[in-house]
Amino acid sequence: MGRFVFFLGEAYRALRRNAAPSVAAIVTVAITLLLVGVLVPVLDASGSKTNDVREQIAVKVFLFKQAEKSEIQKLQDEIATFAHVKGVEFVSAQQAISSLEERLKESDILSALNNRNPLPPSFNVTLDDPDNLEAVVSAISPPDASGKPQPISGAIEDVQTAEQTDEIRQVTNATKILLLVIAVLLGFASLFLVGNTIRLSIYARRREVEVMRLVGATNWFIRWPFVIEGIVVGLVGAAIAVVILLVGKTIIVDPLSDNFALVENLNTIAFGPLLAILVVAAMSVSALGSGITLRRFLKV
Amino acid sequence: MATARRRTRSRTRRSRIEEPAQTHARRKRAPLVQLRDTTVVYPGGHVGLERVSLSVDRGEFVFIVGPTGCGKSTMIKLLIRELEPASGKVMVAGKDINDMGRDKVPALRRRIGTVFQDYKLLPNRTVYDNVAYALQVTGTPRREIKRQVPEILRMVGLGAKIHNYPDQLSGGEQQRVSVARAFVNHPPLLLADEPTGNLDPETSIGIMQLLYRINRSGTTVIVVTHDREMVDKMKRRVVQLHEGRVIRDQAAGMYASEEDTTEFGARIRSEMGIDPLTGEHEEY
Repeated sequence: MGRFVFFLGEAYRALRRNAAPSVAAIVTVAITLLLVGVLVPVLDASGSKTNDVREQIAVKVFLFKQAEKSEIQKLQDEIATFAHVKGVEFVSAQQAISSLEERLKESDILSALNNRNPLPPSFNVTLDDPDNLEAVVSAISPPDASGKPQPISGAIEDVQTAEQTDEIRQVTNATKILLLVIAVLLGFASLFLVGNTIRLSIYARRREVEVMRLVGATNWFIRWPFVIEGIVVGLVGAAIAVVILLVGKTIIVDPLSDNFALVENLNTIAFGPLLAILVVAAMSVSALGSGITLRRFLKV
Repeated sequence: MATARRRTRSRTRRSRIEEPAQTHARRKRAPLVQLRDTTVVYPGGHVGLERVSLSVDRGEFVFIVGPTGCGKSTMIKLLIRELEPASGKVMVAGKDINDMGRDKVPALRRRIGTVFQDYKLLPNRTVYDNVAYALQVTGTPRREIKRQVPEILRMVGLGAKIHNYPDQLSGGEQQRVSVARAFVNHPPLLLADEPTGNLDPETSIGIMQLLYRINRSGTTVIVVTHDREMVDKMKRRVVQLHEGRVIRDQAAGMYASEEDTTEFGARIRSEMGIDPLTGEHEEY
């Protein structure tokens, strides 16, 4: 216990006596954490944006025009019970024309076509996960003995998936991987940055370490104050970053979140745990950095 | 009274370092320091010491002299295991120090006080904290440190500068701090590597007087120096090295053994032609 107090005192003395390098290390930690603290929610938000896109992937089930209303209703109920199906929405021929007009920004396509609607009525089947696309398709139109797909009902004319489905899936997967890589790179960058700053401040004091060895101090006796110093640097740097992040969130992000969907997504990541992780990471990186760097100067 | 207490302490510490010798109780007590056929080769092939054999008994005061590069400092480094010999043995208190594990090295260094030519003080600590560090390293309780440090600083004549930083002291004063730090644990062996190398003659005598006093309290003292004049005046055992070999080992015995520290200082000063009152060197 007395020894721990001594180490604390030593760490405090070192921080005060080496004010400039200590401040440099603290600022480095704060800036790095600030970057991580801003980028992680942004990455997380763009991640959830791609998830929104993925959720729009759906199976289109086209029906024969002459299908009976009762038959359609029965089929809709049946498909809704299939596994991985989230919802089944009926789109009548009339609705299909309207949505086409809307998309093409044309009015009265129907009259241009002499009032003959070429579009069939259909179901829009939404999925719980886009990766289950094939399963749902084969449930609605299972392959027969010869391997050709046979729809489960005579009312079904065709089962289609949007052409871009595969592309969407590839792009969203690539986006996710890219975001992960960026996050990992950022993590490494901050690790090296903090580690290097600490190395420099220890290098400046290598003569002192040499004298301690010659007086008969054990390695851990020399090392502990440096490790505690690292923890303090990490803690103070993290505290500064956290305060700036909190202020920034309340002043800038929260008022905006009413207007922008992307900004609103910031709330999807829990702010509290993020801060806790940042603080712990900063402390351990600083402490480990100090401890490991010292090894070079501690060879007996 | 304080001195008596200190003596007791140094005796208990000595008995700890003597443990291996006691296991061979029937044999003659091993010399405190013994080099056996020790050869040191530096990386690059330069030979620091060549088959040196030397034995120093408890309580001795030994000078090691010779020109620069003859291996004097190598010998100090060997004894605190900053260097390891290429062949031969380095025994301290009957124990081969290169046989023990690396984790035992700090313990060895705590029982050997070392004084360096460049003082090697911690620049951002006060005189008090510099000396206290040697005690903190051994886990001495704060109360003990508070008692012992001022005492030893009074002994080396720095009682008034206890809260100064090293860069506020003269060279001689810094060397006194270094001696205080080396002796505060009351080690059985004190090594001094060119302790007067950077100091003027009068200041040097002060430092030598201090080492003499430490020696009289029972501590073995080994001093590396190239100050021939000082060595001749002190009339102690002299080991002369040349190119890594011992070329002269002149035993002591020509001096008055019961000279006290003040008499010692007065004699050296008069022999070196320094006025004991003003500290002025006649030649100046």
